[in-house]
Amino acid sequence: MKIEILGMGCAKCKQLVANAEKAVKKTGVQAEVVKVEDMDQIVGYGIMTTPALVIDGTVLSAGKLLSADEIVKFIGKKGL
Amino acid sequence: MIKPIMDWLVYEIFKMPRGAILSEAVNFFLYDTVKIFLLLVVIIFIVSIIRTFFSPEKTRAILSQKKTYTGNVLASLLGIVTPFCSCSAVPLFLGFIEAGVPLGVTFSFLVASPMINEVALIMLWGLFGWKIAFLYIGSGLVVAITSGIVIGHLKVEDLVEKFEHKKVGSVALGAEMTVKDRIDFAREYTLDILKKIWIYVVIGIGLGAWIHGYVPADFLAKFAGRDNWFAVPLATLVGIPLYSNAAGVIPLVSALTEKGVALGTALAFMMAVTGLSLPEFLILRRVMKLKLLVIFASVVGIGIILTGYLFNFILR
Repeated sequence: MKIEILGMGCAKCKQLVANAEKAVKKTGVQAEVVKVEDMDQIVGYGIMTTPALVIDGTVLSAGKLLSADEIVKFIGKKGL
Repeated sequence: MIKPIMDWLVYEIFKMPRGAILSEAVNFFLYDTVKIFLLLVVIIFIVSIIRTFFSPEKTRAILSQKKTYTGNVLASLLGIVTPFCSCSAVPLFLGFIEAGVPLGVTFSFLVASPMINEVALIMLWGLFGWKIAFLYIGSGLVVAITSGIVIGHLKVEDLVEKFEHKKVGSVALGAEMTVKDRIDFAREYTLDILKKIWIYVVIGIGLGAWIHGYVPADFLAKFAGRDNWFAVPLATLVGIPLYSNAAGVIPLVSALTEKGVALGTALAFMMAVTGLSLPEFLILRRVMKLKLLVIFASVVGIGIILTGYLFNFILR
């Protein structure tokens, strides 16, 4: 599983990366957390607000600082 | 309601003499701080609930293919209620342009959104009264609408940086928010803002109280009174780098108007603090040619300066 955090380096984006890493540890799922700061890529996802959470190429949340628990739910829905 | 409690605290509990400069400054500080924080908590909460009904995506859908004038008015109004953070300015700008929102209409949004924000309005309402707060909203809207119309007429679409990006992935955002989601969002948002600004508010009110008590009245009338023509443009220029400190700047300005700074000059200064932001320009440089940024800043800056002169002329 590939978890991407889209954001151009704002405080919330950094916090979301930390929360995603926490969520991955909690679930024990095999996943890599990648920070995407490149603007072409962020815009390519078609979002207008950051930070955004992307799992396996699908944007699941935008413009919101999710807690680790909320990310755990998204990981669960994706079916490990 | 707050006033008697503060009087009691200062004169009965702290046993400070009535009428002394220090007691008045302390009283002024406590009264303003409590009042502003109460207003901040209540109003930011209400505004964030309203914001959950608007998203940049919905706003974009409304504005796409809108014509000049109607589009500019709508964009400025939607700018007030659509959540916006300067860190998202770039994806938002590109998102608007690609969806067919005209450039001038996009600019109306970009001007109104940060300028007419709840924190600035609360501080204005709490420290200057509701009339000035509404005056600020009204003139902010006029500046945003006209700036967008002017930029639209300049036909500067070629000054938007070309962006080559391929579509990657898909978007599957969650379902509609429940009432509980909205309340949770508003609570978090309110705490977030308060955490960010409380120190500036306290320092701003503290300095304001000091000025209120110790700086002689009319001290600044000579430099920043309404007869001094260069006070307005100077105040506008000084406001540009002060972006993140709108919360701290307004209490200071409030105290300075008591000491002779003309109200139009003060309004121009506050609009520059919120509406013209250096960090936002740096971010937007990635999607706009320098020339477009300069046009953007100049058009908005001139609008703000004219507003300042107008109010210095009217509010006599």
